[in-house]
Amino acid sequence: MTDPRPPIAMLAELTHRCPLSCPYCSNPLELARQEAELDTETWAGVFAQAAALGVLQLHLSGGEPASRRDLEPLVRAAREAGLYTNLITSGIGLTERRLAALDAAGLDHVQLSLQGTDADMADRIGGYRGGFDRKMQVARWIGDIGFPLTLNAVPHRQNLHQLPRAIEMAVEMGARRIEVATVQFHGWALRNRDAMMPTREQAREADAIVAEARARLKGTLVIDYVPADYHSDYPKKCMGGWGSTGLVVAPDGAVMPCHAASSIPHLSFDNVRDTTLERTWYHGSAFNAYRGTDWMQEPCASCERKRVDFGGCRCQAMAIVGDPAATDPVCIKSPHRAALTAQADAHAAANAPLVHRTAPGKPVPDPVD
Amino acid sequence: MERDAVPYLPRGVRLHFDAVRDAWVLLAPERAISLDPVGHAVLSEIDGTRSFGAIADALAAAYDASPDQIESDAAGFLRALRDRRFLEVR
Repeated sequence: MTDPRPPIAMLAELTHRCPLSCPYCSNPLELARQEAELDTETWAGVFAQAAALGVLQLHLSGGEPASRRDLEPLVRAAREAGLYTNLITSGIGLTERRLAALDAAGLDHVQLSLQGTDADMADRIGGYRGGFDRKMQVARWIGDIGFPLTLNAVPHRQNLHQLPRAIEMAVEMGARRIEVATVQFHGWALRNRDAMMPTREQAREADAIVAEARARLKGTLVIDYVPADYHSDYPKKCMGGWGSTGLVVAPDGAVMPCHAASSIPHLSFDNVRDTTLERTWYHGSAFNAYRGTDWMQEPCASCERKRVDFGGCRCQAMAIVGDPAATDPVCIKSPHRAALTAQADAHAAANAPLVHRTAPGKPVPDPVD
Repeated sequence: MERDAVPYLPRGVRLHFDAVRDAWVLLAPERAISLDPVGHAVLSEIDGTRSFGAIADALAAAYDASPDQIESDAAGFLRALRDRRFLEVR
């Protein structure tokens, strides 16, 4: 295997705490408790190490990063380290005053999540009454300060009809970009496939809405699109290839190749409390587990697309096929594709109540299926 | 791009020297774009006050190149940045 290049991006999950409880939360089912979270000084040291390692983009996420009272000094430390700072937030917990402090600390960009385009939908999906109105207020403050804004919409079966309005809202808010990230079934979302799996028709409709809006809004709004992957022919190039471009630091300091990697039971993760980021990136066992192409089985090993999508998502192979080294079952070359198609159609036709995520330290509800 | 248009980098987009890779990059929301020496030269001239025409002329003089060629190359590069909202014009 060729030596890995330095990482470009780091996702810092500052906390798993969050006022919302979205049923597609990308946090793991086992949420880190507040007592386990890294302190300000440790995070600042991690940011400095990340910059020295080659990271350019720092995504400050959670949970809800605004649930950390030290968010402002954390942003300052990241900027002092030379990182580009992106705050990924629901907006809840941000006040006009805190946003001004984040501005003073040098925050570069805000990515604001959108659970729905009206209060009924957004507050039901987010599980937080009043959240939508609050978010709209926060969006106005963001605009007043002039932070560059990306709106992040997560379409799924229950809100996909709101996609055109979500795009319109992004333009109205002055966002330069919208991420249309169709729900990906990891973590909590895996519990919600019967409630959230889009139908195949919806997936095609979303493709068409995005294509039309991209052409119409060229130069006004950039649309980054993650299609509904159970309904695609080829898997997503997950993380740009395992251990190739980015790393994730969990609230407790565990360093992972992707935010869902803890769903692969045999992996063990280094911790920033014990070892350097550099050592973890180049020599950590979890990072080398699926790096490059040497680990691949057939049909990936002899596939002409093996460096295009790197076999897709390891966590999805684990979740659906039970083998993290298998071809992502979304791929039309996977022997499990036919079963996945049937499963996707069954989930899309099913009806189930939403299972909202819980708070750190609270028991995880039993799976419905 | 019109010669009298004044290009500028909007808030949240900045040039950054990447010491680890020994190269210039353009940092933008959730993106890092590696710059070749030409791209870096063009962006370094952008100060939010000078027109595109003045910038193209300066580059042509500095690199002893044909002004038409420089203007057309730079316009293509800047148009691509503008489409991605990494560059604005006033």
